[in-house]
Amino acid sequence: MHGAATEPLPEEGSATSELSIRCRGLQKTYDEEVVAVDGLDLEVRVGECFGLLGPNGAGKTTTVEILEGLLRPSGGTVEILGRRWETDERWLRERLGVSLQQTNLPDKLTVRETIKLFRSFFTEGRDVDKVIDLVALREKEHAKYDTLSGGQRQRLAVACALVGDPKLLFLDEPTTGLDPQSRRMLWDVVLAFKEQGGSVLLTTHYMDEAERLCDRVGVIDHGKMIALGTPKDLIDSLGGSQIVEVTLAASPADDDAKDALAASLADLPGVKASRFLTGRIVLTVEHLHLALPAVLGKLRERDLELANLSTHHATLEDVFVTLTGRALRE
Amino acid sequence: MSESVSARRARLNAITELALARFRLFYREPGTMFWTFGFPLVLSIVLGIAFRNRDPEPVVVAVESSSAVTLARAERAREILAAADDVKVKVLPPEEANAELRTGKVSLVVVPTEGEAGYTYRFDPTRPESRLARSVTDDVLQRGEGRKDAYAPVAKIVTEPGSRYIDFLIPGLVGLGLMSTGLWGIGFSLAEMRTKKLIKRLTATPMRRSDFLLSFLLVRAVLLPIELAPLLVFSRIVFDVGVRGSVFTLALTALVGGLTFAVMGLFLACRAENPQIVSGLINVVSFPMYLCSGVFFSSSRFPDAVQPVIRYLPLTALNDALRGVMIDGASLADVAGKIGLCAVWGVVSFVLAVRLFKWR
Repeated sequence: MHGAATEPLPEEGSATSELSIRCRGLQKTYDEEVVAVDGLDLEVRVGECFGLLGPNGAGKTTTVEILEGLLRPSGGTVEILGRRWETDERWLRERLGVSLQQTNLPDKLTVRETIKLFRSFFTEGRDVDKVIDLVALREKEHAKYDTLSGGQRQRLAVACALVGDPKLLFLDEPTTGLDPQSRRMLWDVVLAFKEQGGSVLLTTHYMDEAERLCDRVGVIDHGKMIALGTPKDLIDSLGGSQIVEVTLAASPADDDAKDALAASLADLPGVKASRFLTGRIVLTVEHLHLALPAVLGKLRERDLELANLSTHHATLEDVFVTLTGRALRE
Repeated sequence: MSESVSARRARLNAITELALARFRLFYREPGTMFWTFGFPLVLSIVLGIAFRNRDPEPVVVAVESSSAVTLARAERAREILAAADDVKVKVLPPEEANAELRTGKVSLVVVPTEGEAGYTYRFDPTRPESRLARSVTDDVLQRGEGRKDAYAPVAKIVTEPGSRYIDFLIPGLVGLGLMSTGLWGIGFSLAEMRTKKLIKRLTATPMRRSDFLLSFLLVRAVLLPIELAPLLVFSRIVFDVGVRGSVFTLALTALVGGLTFAVMGLFLACRAENPQIVSGLINVVSFPMYLCSGVFFSSSRFPDAVQPVIRYLPLTALNDALRGVMIDGASLADVAGKIGLCAVWGVVSFVLAVRLFKWR
């Protein structure tokens, strides 16, 4: 696989050229012991928005920075837009837009000056004014970075990623810490970019963000991909569309009793799965109207007093919990 | 063909934008403005006043009167000393005399020697003003007690521009300014950029790394005349310190010196993770030069053993060259060696900086 790195790989034929990102067996080890990425395979198609989900420390940022050519992998192969970092760094840099996790841009430069600076690095790119409008920062055009709100700063960061008119956009936790309105504004920017045919790789630990933006998501934990598919497929894999969470006034003390209780609920009509998780019973349910009375009946029969009960539509969060037994943001 | 032209234009645009950004960040930070422009002026005013040419200060001495026996002789010494122009004298009891000597209010204490003629001088010979006081006091007292001089010396007092302390000081301040703005201005902002992950962000663009480094030097070169002109004009008007040599030679010397320290700033910050580390490094590097390289007093005052080291420091070379041009009217050929030495420091630092630079 050396030599012909600049050309599409022959054995894959035209399928390869339809991929924005293709990596195989990606590995990254720090100081020869901390394994951040452990044999990751990933394909992102052209025109697709792909979300890497996972808790903090799962290896998302390391993976993204390897794909961005900022980190060298310890093992595995990476192809971006059909090319390799070792041979085509310049070519790739001209065609990628990058927004790092927590970048601070220069405090005393204005929005316009900052975008213009980033524009100057690219041989070809977008018009500075168009980008300012695109990220809805026209009003703040002449405001200095240190006077911007968190959401405005993040939109400026994305503007700097978009100004080179990239084919592929990397966004590392673009909305972490932002208020709901700022998040929605940023989502609109990403959706607009996608609509024009751009590919996106984003990392997030917000499941609603992934469901809103991503065509496909990969769930990553301890440096490994543990699930891959469209948000709908992953949620469907739970077996039920509703989640019921039951908190008891007094939980059974030992794990065996907890498992037994969970198992006794799993067989009830409408209940697809049941488990104890951090003090609650979490049930995946197909038909709420059947399952709920049955569950309540069972608990009454066992003389267990309810402290709380809630239901919600299944989300990617529940997928993650089911896969790992841990909540995403613990 | 047209693509290479457009690529070249794009590259020029990138360097310009990088330099513009540096320039904006510079003038929008009031602190850096003060340290670059205000501080050298303030320093030259303060030092100019402190060392302005004036009548020599009289030496201040105390005569100690400890007992009735010595009181009469103490009083006689006071009379002799009071008659001299360049001595200020007072009579004090022993404890007070010692306290004033300790705190530097008097430079020397004269004690009538018990039981015999003559006086004892109590002073700290490591203090220049005390040694001066000893010599002056001894002279006055010996003459007062009847010593005859072998001859009467003729004194010619020098006050013409070029030989005053301020003439020595201004080139030193120019050199000091070039060093601090180069090291601090570049080292600090680079480290700050690295802390903020801005360098990493920039390397994720097609920006050429050489353009980035070049922009720092470009901005230094543009700012140099703007920094130096006020100090030189000010010292010309207020202290009548001129430039004897050619302004071109001075400008070239300053440019090479300024860029040398700018590159040393790049080098010191090439791996530092945060501004604290860089300030430590800059202090370690600049403090010895601050003291030894002849900013405030001649570097020749240090022992011969360390002279070879001092002579090869970049600030020593720069200060020598600046003084040569400003005071002695040295030509470019005269100072070429010194400028060259400076440039060697610059080139070595640049190679190391580029080799070791951490782009993250």
